[in-house]
Amino acid sequence: MKKIDLARALPGGRRLVIALPYLWLLVFFLLPFFIVAKIAVSEAILGIPPYSAMFEWVDQTLNIRMTFSNFSWLFSDPLYITAYWNSIKVAFNATLFALLLGYPMAYAIAKAPSHLQPTWLLLVLLPSWTSFLIRVYAWMGLLSNNGVINNFLLWLGIIDSPIQMLNTNFAVYIGVVYSYLPFMVLPLYANLVKHDNALLEAASDLGARKWTSFFRITLPLSKNGIIAGSMLVFIPVVGEYVIPELLGGAETIMIGKVLWQEFFNNRDWPVASALAVIMIALLIIPIMLFHRYQNKEAEQ
Amino acid sequence: MKIRRFSLSVTIFWMGIFFLYGPMIMLVIYSFNASRMVQVWAGWSTRWYGELFRDAQLMSAVGRSLQIAFYSASTAVVIGILASVVMVRFRRFRGRTLFSGMITAPLVMPDVIIGLSMLLLFVAMAQSLGWPAQRGMLTIWLAHTTFCVAYSTVVISSRLREMDQSLEEAALDLGATPLKAFFLVTLPVISPAIISAWLLSFTLSLDDVVIASFVTGPGATTLPIEVFSQVKLGVSPKINALATIIIGVVSLVAFSSWLLFRKIDQRNRAAARMAAGH
Repeated sequence: MKKIDLARALPGGRRLVIALPYLWLLVFFLLPFFIVAKIAVSEAILGIPPYSAMFEWVDQTLNIRMTFSNFSWLFSDPLYITAYWNSIKVAFNATLFALLLGYPMAYAIAKAPSHLQPTWLLLVLLPSWTSFLIRVYAWMGLLSNNGVINNFLLWLGIIDSPIQMLNTNFAVYIGVVYSYLPFMVLPLYANLVKHDNALLEAASDLGARKWTSFFRITLPLSKNGIIAGSMLVFIPVVGEYVIPELLGGAETIMIGKVLWQEFFNNRDWPVASALAVIMIALLIIPIMLFHRYQNKEAEQ
Repeated sequence: MKIRRFSLSVTIFWMGIFFLYGPMIMLVIYSFNASRMVQVWAGWSTRWYGELFRDAQLMSAVGRSLQIAFYSASTAVVIGILASVVMVRFRRFRGRTLFSGMITAPLVMPDVIIGLSMLLLFVAMAQSLGWPAQRGMLTIWLAHTTFCVAYSTVVISSRLREMDQSLEEAALDLGATPLKAFFLVTLPVISPAIISAWLLSFTLSLDDVVIASFVTGPGATTLPIEVFSQVKLGVSPKINALATIIIGVVSLVAFSSWLLFRKIDQRNRAAARMAAGH
């Protein structure tokens, strides 16, 4: 069979089609990371921009100045280590909660009659099309001390005084699961809907019970979907800023918030860059995992 | 075998839907509250909508954000179409691994990292090239386009991968140039994906607060930045009104694009069936 190749028929066209998106991403996505790494080893100075130059040409000699003091600073102050550890813990737990809620939802959609599936999927995805900021904000009104939930519980007589919910870790978990749930459901559904029912029928013919065949067949087969969905939640949540800022309190020290404060409040660009470098180093393996399973799913 | 299993999952599904929609419904109800105290119900009123439209700063931010979102989405879709062709049709070329990595990484990369790295890029570029001289709408547009390219490419390439290549082959056999075949056959077939990629990019750009905060400059406050600074001070009835409008518009657009998508999809499938029948 003749394979269509836009490129071969079009002299030079192939290269042009590749070049534009490639160059855009190289300049605006990849190159910035090298600049972050460069600034992470510079010194903070007063001035514009507020970091020292790496290369200096003085008296016919090229001086290259690199300092690792920003990194040793990060490791000497327990605040930063706590922030990294907390971020990973929150992201991990939230991913687990989202999976526990998202998996049955994706399963229900995949097993629904096929004419209902697009509508059910739309129901789950629609909230993620409205503003992220607004959805996080909605929980401020619900969780605050004189908010809807506390008033309702007081009215029911279950509690005598409002429970502190806003500005706690609990609120952060609610906000994260709420905001990221659609991203968990979508890849899981995409995976589950492709499963062959014949396998389950065979298992049932051989006497397997519903739960047995679920754990022995459906769950292992949905591994790619579980990994893709979990990474889609875990990785961005590690660096999340808006949710801990609006819903979290003093106890919620997360690295995204610390980076933001170093950058905007302390105007310490080198330390903010060093924080980013370590964050990327921590996330590189999850990102590669995501990339692998995303491609596997797409090419199936 | 009639499969009627796991009504448990259906129950959890509807609980999840309640969890997703409950807070937004409360927001809509409270936007019509007459009281300045957001939590105390004092009867129905539309006064906060009036106050919202009189907030000149907020309104100019709306205009700016819509403009940035329009340009970012349009650029991202064009680059996304090219990137999808590269991903799906060019199986082998040097640097393909890096390319596909640069497509997927922005999907999950935390916003603070993208924002910081883009800002440092713009500062370095201004220092060495003198461009962009000032940060503002231009730099936000560049930053938004970059992460929207990734989302557009995922949406468009999945559609392109499903597409029946025999349609293109037929056009080529009938003497169309590859470019003509692409514009007359491929583009119309993937058009539902292009529309959803554009809408997705538009909403992502309209929604971004973190990246825009990093790369913006004096005077270029976008709507999310403005909303965020007001929301940090606490719940405000004006923001409830704004949220209600956003929810209304998004539901309307999503619903109509879903209808449109279904219609185009059905027509294409019918056309494909007819073509296969011959």
